[in-house]
Amino acid sequence: MSADDCGKLLLLQAEIDGELDAAAAAALAEHRASCPVCQHNESAILAARSALQGATYHRPNSEFRRSLAGRIGADRAGASQPLPRRRASLPWRGLATFGAGAALAAAILLAVLPLGRQDTITALVDDHVRALQPGHLLDVVSTNQHTVKPWFDGKLDFAPPVKNLVAEGFPLLGGRLDYLHGRSVAVLVYSRGKHLVELFVWPVSGGIEEPASAAHSGYNVIHWTANGMSFSAVSDLDVAGLREFVREWQQAS
Amino acid sequence: MGSDDAFAAVALPHLDAAFNLARWLTGSRADAEDVVQEAMVRALTYFPSFRGGSSRAWILQIVRNTAYKMLAARRGPRGGGQTSLEEAGGIEDIPDLADGPERALIVSDDLSRIDTLIEGLPAELRETLILRELEELSYREISQVTAVPIGTVMSRLWRARRMLAKAAGEGDKKGDQR
Repeated sequence: MSADDCGKLLLLQAEIDGELDAAAAAALAEHRASCPVCQHNESAILAARSALQGATYHRPNSEFRRSLAGRIGADRAGASQPLPRRRASLPWRGLATFGAGAALAAAILLAVLPLGRQDTITALVDDHVRALQPGHLLDVVSTNQHTVKPWFDGKLDFAPPVKNLVAEGFPLLGGRLDYLHGRSVAVLVYSRGKHLVELFVWPVSGGIEEPASAAHSGYNVIHWTANGMSFSAVSDLDVAGLREFVREWQQAS
Repeated sequence: MGSDDAFAAVALPHLDAAFNLARWLTGSRADAEDVVQEAMVRALTYFPSFRGGSSRAWILQIVRNTAYKMLAARRGPRGGGQTSLEEAGGIEDIPDLADGPERALIVSDDLSRIDTLIEGLPAELRETLILRELEELSYREISQVTAVPIGTVMSRLWRARRMLAKAAGEGDKKGDQR
């Protein structure tokens, strides 16, 4: 496999599979951005993955399910119900991600959500639980907005704008789906040096709101709305750095 | 019965995954049912020695071993000289344990084109791909289930993906004659 390996092939694949920690991913990102072999291989991996979405997931029929449950001594009626597929946990993904995810989720909710609404509590719990899952930072890993944007297609009932700010010093790392305030939202993940910037995007009705910042537990949050979308940037960057991100994001095409 | 209940609580959540893997390894639903049934009984026997960790990987490991044992038994004594996957050396030229005539031939019309492509992969690539992309296991879990080092998991995964991407791309160029 030498012709299609620049020496980083398996590393690249591990990154796409969410198996690299943030430091290793950052180390790879620079090489990857300028390596045509990596870009070619990435598109092969993503092509395979997208083709596999049409693959059949074979499930046992209910008769077999019942008889097996009876055989191995399950007496609880609910025990043999099919479970929703879960994301596998990625054990060595790193506790940093784990902690940051939870803190980010908490920060965003406390800073920008209207207080006192009944469903806010539900959203808090939902998000907290999801963010606690290790390896939850990125569902799609790509420095290319033309990969990240279509990834959201069919997973959301809206099309989030995706921009890569690599020239502005905030390279795109990828994206994920999250659940916030009772609805699915898109999360775009950018890096600046060792800091991560997460941009939560979901549609809103109503007018334009200028960026407003808030801080919680050491994280800064800047919220604004434009073009029918609500944007919330969350990061451990200082406020000035995060303001720069927001400015660049708004100006980028 | 207490330990049976405990076992059911550990094993039954993975029933779908067990069945899916067994079906992809054996090629038929009937065989998959046999394999899952036997694997669950074996797992129940081994359960006292289960030391925690990923119960999903543990169950799938037993399912996989049961499936290959069944396929090998069907192959009969003439296949006795079969070398194991790793003894055969490089992963490029290993004999394919699961693609002999004893594996059910898939001629069903309701398989999608991608299903057919997956069916056509060598067994060790197919199982790795299924575990990663359909079951979303981590490399470490796949390594446990398939009993090979993580490096081998990674190279098999790449080969499987490259073959699929190539085949899927070629199919597209021919203009979908399904």
